[in-house]
Amino acid sequence: MAASSLIPGQKQLSNVEELLEGIWKQNPVFVMVLGMCPVLAVSVSAVNALSMGLATTFVLVASTFLVSLMRNIIPKEVRIATYILIIATFVTVVDYLIQAISLAVYDALGAFIQLIVVNCIILGRAEAHASKNPPLKSVLNALGMGAGFTIGLFALGSVREILGAGKLFGIALFGPEFQPWVVMVLPPGGFFVLGAWLLLFNWLDSRKAKPAAMQAAEVRT
Amino acid sequence: MTETLSQIFIGTLLANNFVLAMFLGLCPFLGVSARLNTALPMGAATTFVMLVASLCAFGLNWLVSEFELEFLRLISYIVIIASAVQLVEMVLKKYSPALFRALGIYLPLITTNCAVLGVALFQTAREYSFTQALTFATAAGLGFTLALLLMAGLRERLRLATVPNVVQGTALSLMLAGLLSLAFMGFAGLGAGE
Repeated sequence: MAASSLIPGQKQLSNVEELLEGIWKQNPVFVMVLGMCPVLAVSVSAVNALSMGLATTFVLVASTFLVSLMRNIIPKEVRIATYILIIATFVTVVDYLIQAISLAVYDALGAFIQLIVVNCIILGRAEAHASKNPPLKSVLNALGMGAGFTIGLFALGSVREILGAGKLFGIALFGPEFQPWVVMVLPPGGFFVLGAWLLLFNWLDSRKAKPAAMQAAEVRT
Repeated sequence: MTETLSQIFIGTLLANNFVLAMFLGLCPFLGVSARLNTALPMGAATTFVMLVASLCAFGLNWLVSEFELEFLRLISYIVIIASAVQLVEMVLKKYSPALFRALGIYLPLITTNCAVLGVALFQTAREYSFTQALTFATAAGLGFTLALLLMAGLRERLRLATVPNVVQGTALSLMLAGLLSLAFMGFAGLGAGE
């Protein structure tokens, strides 16, 4: 990539790579399988999934920024407690913010907004990345992770809404004769759709891992 | 609230099972459910933390509303839960070091188990009385343990089966959880009748 040459001579990840890390290579939903509870519970529709993703991204970015700023002041022994306090503060902010912006979304997401506090992605990023890196890098990494999380949620939410209700963003996609797969918007559907996505990625990986010679042979025939 | 205690108990244990119907506590559910002998203690530890958290949350909620500090509710809940987990950890380390090692990283992670915070938040949102809250917490903990045990039993069996490479790992566990969840849908309408 052209942009990755912005900081030459850096042996760590460049800023762009830091950003892309969470979107593809370390995608929190599909690769690391972290923070599953909100992913499955909220993804009954594309709108819910998107708003949950954005709320989580905000908390993630804000708290990693603060953690990274304070990384040299926080004593080692109480770091987890401090991180959780920081995260809880921002979640409270988001909770009131969503309530002020849209009561409908607030009611749809319910307790899961407050449950962002215990989303393992955020604590994981604070502990594994922000506590060791300067603010800019941490924020970029958090942005990437947040985007990856939102994409994962959206992938799940849209599939569940299309199959379960025949709609996307509330707009009917199929004719009136479409029979919705109600099970998709019910709890089991969440497990099935996520399982199916993971299957798809496993399959893609296994195809990539096949020897190049075999692929070349396939191309020739 | 007009729900009777038995309605709350059955409803939370089966119809609205925390793991399989409400998607709370999935990380330990997928992480610790590989073997039966770690699943049971994990469930017991989580149930205990849930009870302590529910008790404390009840007191805290009263305190926080009394002084009109509602915005501090979430923060104080999480601090209480973290301390309760620390307590369980110290007790286990003293009396059962083997178990302590077996549970490993998942023990401190009970703090970030959304099922525990979920109990505290839901009992506040539904304005449960003291006895209702305790019943709710017990049922939630038992429901979590039940789901964990069922899953562990299934996964122990599955280890002997031959499955295609592509399906192995988390994808398989998720499909399994989906089937279990489908089975629990059969309980819908029991208990609270929501």
